[in-house]
Amino acid sequence: MTQWIDICSVDDLQPNSGVCALVNNQQVAIFYFPNEDKIYAIGNYDPIGKANVLSRGMVGDINGEPVVASPLFKQHFSLQSGRCLEQDEQVPCYSVRVHDDRIELAEKN
Amino acid sequence: MGVKKTLVVIGNGMVGQNFLETLVASSAYADYQVVTFCEEPRVAYDRVHLSEYFSGKSADDLSLVERGFFENNNITLHLGDRAVRIDRDKKQVLSQKGERIAYDKVVIASGSYPFVPPMPGHDRDGCLVYRTIEDLEAITGAAKKAKTGVVVGGGLLGLEAAKALTDLGLDTHVVEFAPRLMAVQLDEGGAAMLRSKIEALGVMIHTSKNTQKIVDGDQAIHKMCFADGEELETDIVLFSAGIRPRDDIARESFLEVGQRGGIVIDNQCLTSDSDIYAIGECALWNNQIFGLVAPGYQMARTVVAHLEEKEAAFLGSDMSTKLKLMGVDVASIGDAHAKTQGALVYTYQDGSSEIYKRIVVSEDKKSLLGAVLVGDSAGYGTLLQYCLNGIELPENPDALILPSRSDESVGLGPDALPSTAQICSCHDVSKGQVCEAITAGCQDMGALKSETKAATGCGGCTALLKSVLDCELDKLGFEVNTDICEHFSHTRQDLYNLVMVDEIKTFDELLTSHGRGRGCEVCRQAVGSILASYWNEYVLEKQHLGVQDTNDVYLANMQKDGTYSIVPRVTGGEITPDMLIALGEVGKAYGLYTKITGGQRVDLFGAQINQLPAIWNELIAVGFESGHAYGKSLRTVKSCVGSTWCRFGLDDSVGLAIELENRYKGLRAPHKIKMAVSGCTRECAEAQSKDIGVIATEHGWNLYVCGNGGMKPRHADLFATNLDKETLIKYIDRVLTFYVRTADRLQRTSVWMENMEGGLDYLKSVVIEDRLNSCEQLEQQMEYVIETYQCEWKTTLENPEHQKRFRHFVNSEQSDERVVFVEERGQVRPANEQEREQLVVMQPMEDA
Repeated sequence: MTQWIDICSVDDLQPNSGVCALVNNQQVAIFYFPNEDKIYAIGNYDPIGKANVLSRGMVGDINGEPVVASPLFKQHFSLQSGRCLEQDEQVPCYSVRVHDDRIELAEKN
Repeated sequence: MGVKKTLVVIGNGMVGQNFLETLVASSAYADYQVVTFCEEPRVAYDRVHLSEYFSGKSADDLSLVERGFFENNNITLHLGDRAVRIDRDKKQVLSQKGERIAYDKVVIASGSYPFVPPMPGHDRDGCLVYRTIEDLEAITGAAKKAKTGVVVGGGLLGLEAAKALTDLGLDTHVVEFAPRLMAVQLDEGGAAMLRSKIEALGVMIHTSKNTQKIVDGDQAIHKMCFADGEELETDIVLFSAGIRPRDDIARESFLEVGQRGGIVIDNQCLTSDSDIYAIGECALWNNQIFGLVAPGYQMARTVVAHLEEKEAAFLGSDMSTKLKLMGVDVASIGDAHAKTQGALVYTYQDGSSEIYKRIVVSEDKKSLLGAVLVGDSAGYGTLLQYCLNGIELPENPDALILPSRSDESVGLGPDALPSTAQICSCHDVSKGQVCEAITAGCQDMGALKSETKAATGCGGCTALLKSVLDCELDKLGFEVNTDICEHFSHTRQDLYNLVMVDEIKTFDELLTSHGRGRGCEVCRQAVGSILASYWNEYVLEKQHLGVQDTNDVYLANMQKDGTYSIVPRVTGGEITPDMLIALGEVGKAYGLYTKITGGQRVDLFGAQINQLPAIWNELIAVGFESGHAYGKSLRTVKSCVGSTWCRFGLDDSVGLAIELENRYKGLRAPHKIKMAVSGCTRECAEAQSKDIGVIATEHGWNLYVCGNGGMKPRHADLFATNLDKETLIKYIDRVLTFYVRTADRLQRTSVWMENMEGGLDYLKSVVIEDRLNSCEQLEQQMEYVIETYQCEWKTTLENPEHQKRFRHFVNSEQSDERVVFVEERGQVRPANEQEREQLVVMQPMEDA
């Protein structure tokens, strides 16, 4: 069974931008695209820059794949897979759902 | 290894110096010990741009010799000494001061002297010539007591000299013997157009005037009497009626000279003595004197090649020229007078825009023989290439000078040029060499210029060089795609115009109406910057949050560990002891690492997101405001202490710096902007390495633009001189707004200028002459930005809603546990990986 963890309210998210949440002692970056009503969550730790910063990167898409660009050295991380597009790196990925205006996360299997 | 031979170079003018530089870079350099004589008290300087001495350039600015050149290359320099004779039997060069140098080879580069018609009165006080910096000093001196000045000679140099007199504020006349101006280069129609344009600038032109004598004047110091009975009164007479080769040393040494002067040389530039060469304006080749720099350089290269025992020959030179005379574009190519048998002429004249163009083509209409352009020399590069490379003309050659009524360009594509085509005549750079450099990795104008030297002489080939670059990049498979990214098929400038015309206020609006997808960090950053430049709204409004870059998004500078640094504004670098103490107290209270920046401010490092509002609360309480160090925006206006304290200061540089910083603070731009103000020419504020630099003079402020330090330093260009403050500010307003409007994303002013077609001259024409009719609009836009200025930290702190974002976790008050500091030299710094492993285990971070 998927374990959903309550994080924050939808209002706490930042449009077309990210916030960082503490989930089971892990830092998670949550990104919100209000235009298409989509929310993504990946690890906040940037394995290349070695700092907890991905939630503070700029979002967008590359060839249709939603991404965040690391604020440190601008590598792109897929918001769907956590894969880095430029280097062989991977960050964790989380499932997100909205339940009664609350954001809930679960670890992806 | 044999003993080195001795090479004596007589003359250190532009050509002599160019010879030395070419020699030093060649294989022949190893064989020779070089001695050079320089008659003038200073080494080679740029005579081509001599008139810039009057618009603010110093003798040092004009120098062509790199510091240490002679010492580093082991060349013996006899400064202020003239070689007077070559004793060819003893093989010695004798100087005025009594030096005797035994030689193996001699290169004479003695140049020329101005021709002064031998009329009675030509040697009166105040009758001057225009050739050396000493001449210019004499002219400046004489001008102080003068109202009127006459230039004798309406050729290229005469008009340059006339420019100098108008710059000195004199009522200026030009007296020409021939029936038209620039008789050598221009036909009648072109000369007439040039005349009317120059007269419109207030210079009086008198043609077909034969001066017979100069006597005492009635109202002014001199009176010139002409053959037709007319008279002209003036305080200064400046002779610029052509040049004569300085061949006296050749005569003294019994070398062959031409009937009308000039040291006779052959195709190897050898004189009648096979150990003595002559190059430049003193040399006579095929009964011709070459009074331009490019042929002189060509001769220098020929001699060096000959010394290297390589095949080389000087076979004449193209005398085409393109220049700006008193702000008027003038160009002449090849057989401008249609002297070739059977030559056909096409002429285009636009009276309202004052443009004159004429081309001379061969009888079969297949090749271009010559051309004259006045008022618009944009087609020069293309025409010159047709002419020099014998490229077959299009079916209707007149299309080359008729204004294009469609979008179709009649310019010659760079692809049509053979690889031997000369792109830059100043430095003899061929298309082949340019292409080689591009293939080797020079893929922007800056790199290409510094690698090949092309376009670094007179700059006339800049546009051509750029088109070769684009064309080659395209061929190499680099898509010359100017789209900003995959989400917009537009350039940054297009996007700026769309924002302006459609009054678009948010990124989402622009994306929906003109783009696709979700955007990316490239277009988001660019559009964020454009919106901030144009509308100047608070950047952290919800609708703008997603287009703010790393630093803007928390109004602080992110460091390697994810913490931030804070730079409060210290206008002009002026700060009271109390403010300094306040800064120190904040730094101490929050355990921040402090460092002085290059922009005369203080940077406080190591703040976590959740600390930023509290820190700023304290800073604002004592009177600081945001320094915008996080933005692509105006950073600082650095200043020296200026006339208030300094013994040498000419004006209040600190006061002006503060005024400028307060005016432009918060202005968002494609890249950061730095400025500086120096109180005198000692330049302690390093204004010439800034985007906008201002230096006080005795008569006002000199404005420099488009410099920068950093990765590729570039000296700023002198833009305007002796400005009053009001004009200065007006020009800066216009330059900055024009930059904000037209630059590419993340393009600094230096690169912007280097890539601008027409470069500095074009920028001047837009900003000073209002060529685009845009100055009023540019100023209004700046006024708007100034009126809507806000301290972004003050706005943030006034609204609790805005501060909500300033925490590390959306669901916890903890701070980032990965942020670990260690101490070094009495302050904190981020721990490295090794230290972190030890420390994190030992002392878990406390909650902030």
